[in-house]
Amino acid sequence: MARLEIKKTYKIYIGGKFPRTESGRFYNPKGIDVNVCQSSRKDFRNAVVVARAAQPAWAGRTAYNRSQILYRIAEMMEGRRAQFISELELQGSSKKEADEEVNATIDRWVYYAGWCDKYQQIFSSVNPVASNHFNFSVLEPMGVVTSTAPEESSLLGISTIIATAIAGGNSLIAIASESKPLCSVTLAEVLNDSDVPGGVVNILTGNKDELLPHIVQHMDVNALVYCGSDKKVIIDLKEKSADNLKRITHYSTDAILSQRGESPYFIKTLNEVKTTWHPIEKVGAVGSSY
Amino acid sequence: MQLVNRNSPPVDQVGIEDRIARVTARSIKSDMKLEGLKMAISMIDLTTLEGADTNGKVTQLCTKAQYLCNEYPELPSVAAICVYPSMVGIAKKALGKSGIKVASVATAFPSGQSSLEVKLLDTKMALDNGADEIDMVISRGKFLQGEYDFVADEISTIKEACGEARLKVILETGELGSLDQVRKASDIAIYSGADFIKTSTGKIPKAATLPVTCVMLEAIRDYYFETGKMIAMKPAGGISKSKLALHYLMLVKEVLGDQWLSNEWFRFGASSLANDLLMQYAKAQTGAYQSYDYFSID
Amino acid sequence: MAAKNKSVFEFSPALESAGHIQLKDQYELFINGKWTKPKSGKYFKTTNPSNEKVIAKVAEANEADVDAAVSAAEKAFKGWSSISGKERGKYLFRLARLIQEKARELSVIETLDGGKPIRESRDIDIPLAAAHFFYHAGWADKLEYAFPNRKTEPLGVAGQIIPWNFPLLMAAWKLAPALACGNTVVLKPAETTPLTALKLAEIIEEAEFPPGVVNIVTGAGATGAAIVGHPKVNKIAFTGSTEVGKIIQRATANTDKKLTLELGGKAANIIFEDAAINQAVEGIINGIYFNQGHVCCAGSRLFVQESVHDEVIQKLKARIENLVVGDPMDKNTDIGAINSKSQLETINKYLKIGKEEGLEMFQSSCSVPSEGFWCKPTIFTGAAQSNRIVQEEIFGPVLAVQTFRTISEVVQKANNTPYGLSAGVWTDKGSKIFNLTSQLRAGVIWANTFNKFDPTSPFGGYKESGFGREGGVHGLESYLKFND
Repeated sequence: MARLEIKKTYKIYIGGKFPRTESGRFYNPKGIDVNVCQSSRKDFRNAVVVARAAQPAWAGRTAYNRSQILYRIAEMMEGRRAQFISELELQGSSKKEADEEVNATIDRWVYYAGWCDKYQQIFSSVNPVASNHFNFSVLEPMGVVTSTAPEESSLLGISTIIATAIAGGNSLIAIASESKPLCSVTLAEVLNDSDVPGGVVNILTGNKDELLPHIVQHMDVNALVYCGSDKKVIIDLKEKSADNLKRITHYSTDAILSQRGESPYFIKTLNEVKTTWHPIEKVGAVGSSY
Repeated sequence: MQLVNRNSPPVDQVGIEDRIARVTARSIKSDMKLEGLKMAISMIDLTTLEGADTNGKVTQLCTKAQYLCNEYPELPSVAAICVYPSMVGIAKKALGKSGIKVASVATAFPSGQSSLEVKLLDTKMALDNGADEIDMVISRGKFLQGEYDFVADEISTIKEACGEARLKVILETGELGSLDQVRKASDIAIYSGADFIKTSTGKIPKAATLPVTCVMLEAIRDYYFETGKMIAMKPAGGISKSKLALHYLMLVKEVLGDQWLSNEWFRFGASSLANDLLMQYAKAQTGAYQSYDYFSID
Repeated sequence: MAAKNKSVFEFSPALESAGHIQLKDQYELFINGKWTKPKSGKYFKTTNPSNEKVIAKVAEANEADVDAAVSAAEKAFKGWSSISGKERGKYLFRLARLIQEKARELSVIETLDGGKPIRESRDIDIPLAAAHFFYHAGWADKLEYAFPNRKTEPLGVAGQIIPWNFPLLMAAWKLAPALACGNTVVLKPAETTPLTALKLAEIIEEAEFPPGVVNIVTGAGATGAAIVGHPKVNKIAFTGSTEVGKIIQRATANTDKKLTLELGGKAANIIFEDAAINQAVEGIINGIYFNQGHVCCAGSRLFVQESVHDEVIQKLKARIENLVVGDPMDKNTDIGAINSKSQLETINKYLKIGKEEGLEMFQSSCSVPSEGFWCKPTIFTGAAQSNRIVQEEIFGPVLAVQTFRTISEVVQKANNTPYGLSAGVWTDKGSKIFNLTSQLRAGVIWANTFNKFDPTSPFGGYKESGFGREGGVHGLESYLKFND
């Protein structure tokens, strides 16, 4: 008798745990015989709570530590290569395309792992003010970010939006590609195995159109990244985000999925510039009045 | 002595400079200027502290103190003459019943590098000769060594010896190294019995400045808030121009208030300032810029 | 200090002379390098808030006027963006120099029109405005160094709407980076303080800027809305209230206009027991009473560690008695006139609320002139985060004092606001400063100082205090697009 295959249950990822959606709803992505959670606004709300709680400690990690954790993600992905490839194939990629996407994704994690302890040096400044003060500007994570992954990609897209957010010290709720959600769940398992603290990355599957109105109106979300080119959606997000002036960014899918998806400016976009002043005592220095 | 163990608050030098910049941006005009000039004259400790001081020199200075400027009889006289202990008798005699006080430096002025016995004798000599006020120096070496109790004890011992005479304690701020240290030395002096705290001996290049004075005024103010007792202040050295003197008065007014604006509570240790004040006063009266040739030098 | 005795050493009037300034009775719109009568046919009056006298009549731009200004800017854009950065920079250097030359006249007009003390116009607003042009002038030919590995292009026509609290300085903050980056501009000054921007237009003429590069249109909210709504404007930079900022955000949502907002604030100013208390007191004073408290980054929420509360309050009360309130043209005035009647009403409303909520109010015993709009420096003690005067931006010389016990408590409370523009920390301990400055959610942190500004120092907020930075290398980003 042939052995009965063990099928995977695809769950969402909130606070380092893998619950099913609280709503109990599922959907079947087109052409794939898999039940995927259709997350609700309450799932999103729960994710924001854990993301908010996890963010300060994540930002407080040393840049070196964050860098190693991102690199660890790449290491873990190599071990899961076969699973990612088969999931990508299941979602319509050819073997070659799947292979390339996994390679590109792992390389992208390595790329952003390397930026964790460098982007500050590129984007910070010491400002030569015309008074006796030391003045410097540094980047600081915006806080809780919500990003929607590009619809066209199951793995590289969501990996890029996660990497760019967490490399810069943010915590994140990532909304997976609705039609190609499988890799996002497997990626969550990788993240959970890679010393990423629970709550720093949360991944929801489901219907973006359903979730976005709740995301954009959530008062405790600092920034929203939309990957896509639906003009109507972009206008709507910009309009509704005004309630708490959350930062709205939209990227074209092309930019994220091509080589252009590798740039420290993506990290910068999810950071605020903070400028600090402090007096410089001049006692004993040239021109001192004491 | 718990008073000395009291922690002095830190001082932010840039903040002090900001404060001074605001004060010096003040515009002192017309009536206020005239009053300020008169007030400054009345606050001068007219000083000669030379190795070359002679009976003649001190007597001439005392004459100047009494007859500042014949043309403006409304002007007050200076507050005091400040001399070495050996000259106190001469000054006392020359000033007669003018009411102008005689202040004497003492305690191994200017370095203070001697024993307490010698310092007491030095003080006693000045007092015996009739000094109304004693300008002592603190032991900066001991202070910088961290022997604050020693410094405090010395001040309180001299204070006791002074009796009725008012004691000015010279911190020699230019040797203390930072504004934090100026504050600490001010607190030690105040809590050890100083009637006045004074910036400088005038014997080193770094003398009184507005920032240093501001720190000392803050110490006086904080003590007043804590105890209700007023301490007087005397910046000395480097104040030779009227405009600067007016800025000092402005600073006293803003930090301590009007009740400190008399020669009981504020003095200038200076010599050439007197004539500059006179010239400015004359300019304000006549509208014409003045020449030094018209003001006596002694 | 004890009871105030009448002193002979009281301030005599030291009035800045207004004799050397040249003001017209009526100002037109500055469009395409020409002074243009408004198509609206309407004019409004700008008054001196310290005596309520009318200073001049100013044109009110309607949609058609704004359209003319935008068209002029659009026409000028091609030329301005294609001349070399070096040449563009030279125009800005020239402008900086001319502002320095006319500093005295500009200071006087700023004070007449807005009510701020001449000491501040003279020592802060005008010199900083010149410095902003000088700083940005040098960027014009160096932009490729500001954004490594990126290709930059100017955006096109920038619509800039500025507030009444720092009229010329805000114009400089907006114009300098926009022009350095190669944009052309339509600028609208606030309706209560249009005069220095109009003088700036004269200076821009004198500096021989190509026509249309800078257009200045005056008017109120409707004029601003016309700029925001104009389809040919590529960029909106707004400084003002959070309320209006949100309206602009919604209004521009369906466009590609790049937007930067510099909005309200309710800054925490935190005093620890180990601070240099006397300088901290000066910092508190400067933090809340600078420019009558008409400052978005004003330190309006004071947090004092309980152990030093009484000392700090005693010193603050003594200090505000020393502040000179009155004629802004007097060189000794520390606190001038409230900018407008409506702003005074707003402030008074909050004073009433503070008292109704049971807070103890202390005001300086100074007298204020009978004409004009005035508010004595005010301190409310015993406040809590739940008080309205702690939560809402008052934009006046009103300080709300709260106490705290621990670092974690004060950080939580300081961040407990929708705003995030600035914050202050006072302590003598370096490691504590860095702890606080990294935890406070605000764009500008002043440690052991407050209310300092510099063109090299980026300024702008977190959260509902807006987005984007002005000043420094980071401020250039707001006026460029990136083609990569």
